[in-house]
Amino acid sequence: MSLSRQEVAKVGMLARLALTEAELEKMTGELSKLVEFVSQLSELDTAAVEPLAHPLETRNVFREDIPAASLTTEQALANSPRHDNSCFLVPAVLGDSGAA
Amino acid sequence: MQPLQLSALDLVGAVKRGDLSAVACVEAYLDRIVAVDGRINAFLAVGREPALAQAAKIDVRRKAGKPLGALAGLPVAVKDALCTTDLPTTCASKMLAGYQPPYDADVVARLRRADAVIVGKTNMDEFAMGGSNENSAFGPVHNPWDLNRAPGGSSGGSAACVAADMAPVAIGSDTGGSIRQPAGLCGITGFKPTYGRISRRGLVAFASSLDQIGPMAHSAADCALLMETIAGHDPGDATSLTDPVPAYGQLLGEPLAGLRIGRVAEHFGAGLDPEVARGIESAFDTFRAAGATIHDVELPHARYGIPTYYLIAPCEASSNLARYDGAHYGHRHRAEPGREADQVGQFESPLVEMYCRSRAEGFGPEVKRRVMLGTYALSAGYYEAFYAKALRVRRLIQRDYFEAFAKVDLIAGPVSPTPAFKLGEKTGDPLAMYLVDMYTVGTNLAGIGGISFPCGFTPGGLPIGFQLQGPALAEPLLLRAAHGFQSLTDWHTRRPALSA
Repeated sequence: MSLSRQEVAKVGMLARLALTEAELEKMTGELSKLVEFVSQLSELDTAAVEPLAHPLETRNVFREDIPAASLTTEQALANSPRHDNSCFLVPAVLGDSGAA
Repeated sequence: MQPLQLSALDLVGAVKRGDLSAVACVEAYLDRIVAVDGRINAFLAVGREPALAQAAKIDVRRKAGKPLGALAGLPVAVKDALCTTDLPTTCASKMLAGYQPPYDADVVARLRRADAVIVGKTNMDEFAMGGSNENSAFGPVHNPWDLNRAPGGSSGGSAACVAADMAPVAIGSDTGGSIRQPAGLCGITGFKPTYGRISRRGLVAFASSLDQIGPMAHSAADCALLMETIAGHDPGDATSLTDPVPAYGQLLGEPLAGLRIGRVAEHFGAGLDPEVARGIESAFDTFRAAGATIHDVELPHARYGIPTYYLIAPCEASSNLARYDGAHYGHRHRAEPGREADQVGQFESPLVEMYCRSRAEGFGPEVKRRVMLGTYALSAGYYEAFYAKALRVRRLIQRDYFEAFAKVDLIAGPVSPTPAFKLGEKTGDPLAMYLVDMYTVGTNLAGIGGISFPCGFTPGGLPIGFQLQGPALAEPLLLRAAHGFQSLTDWHTRRPALSA
């Protein structure tokens, strides 16, 4: 199974990973090999098998909704690359100018 | 008294009796780190001052006759995937360089409450993705048995620091073999308990349905000692098990006679190094001589373990690692006009451009590869063929274990197909690197427990690791079987010839 450069570029955008031309080239080859390798699962007939998403097929876990101490605003912002002491600051969400 | 030669059990006993001060104990290991870690690179951070300050407080409390915790004065090295408030937590990634967590992982908090002393944070493959520790953004770890070889991974720093006596015990995490494989390649004992036995709160998430924290030490007895402190339910991790935590240490002494051990033909097929195979066979002989019986069992879907794992783990990782967005914490791209990399395609907004460039700069090649593979396998049109397919095969793999454990108590075999390989030997071929996990991923996919420990050495002097796997919550049996083996052999007492 072989992936095209266009497909890999699209996956890169979905994954929010900027890829250079050289990375795109390399990743296309590597992903094609890996996808081919994992495709061997298709030789198994699993039509009657339920998916197992989690080893503990447990019940929901409930707790009382009681307010408790959590991080302070200061603690929550302490590792932020940019903030104004109350909010995380990011570049413009809309539009195509003013990258921070 | 020479702390470096004592077991964790003996160290704690000596500190409690007052034969050894906590300060002397911790200082001996800190000095050993200074003496040898320049050659090993097992530590990403060492907290000398806080460790000595905490040890001094323990000594004051002991002299005042106050009660001490179960691990009083015991130096512990912690994998850098676990959050610590007094030391940075980087997951060996540039993405988290300098990150200072606002809370302690549950395991770290439990260790501190038991008066253990965290001496430092250990090197690892970036975000725990790898089997050689070569994916660390801060340089590889060198195997103490041969500095030109890899220690295994991803908990390579934790394994190497115990092997080189820079800490008597360490904490690792195991998503597909990341405790057991480096333990095997470094000649120590590594324990991956049942999924959920230890809280994952504060463990940087890789693949949440597979991740499991566990102890690494020279012996199963020392692993049992740590388990008594770190296992147990935590309301902060809803998947942590509520079952009572047994007194693991008290259950170690029972004999091996009557133990039914399964031997899986699939574990002895193509790819297994003949020297490793010889070591494994001699370990079976030791168990036989002690009265255990060996039975052939089948895990018919074991050969699908690696492709199943390399779908499920990257899918979960691509979702978990979406949190590294450059906005809340971690690396953020700084725009420098004219210096932007030659990027393919257009960004829909400045915010998306910041995300994409921050992640491109912060993540290393293996993390990018897995995020890409997971994103692809979860994307529209491929989800059913890849991710859902892997979940169905996961159930077949788990069912194989259930059926095998109806016939035997434990399953035994090699941890890894080869002894420690040379640094750089597999870095050019991702698939070759993935195959080093061929005997270990099944444990995680099934959610059960496994332990690895040394069962011999190659003629070239490299440790050979033996693995036992057990049913869910069979921790007492796994520890007891490993301890029984270690009572009859001395492989776990061997040390690499590292001059200080």
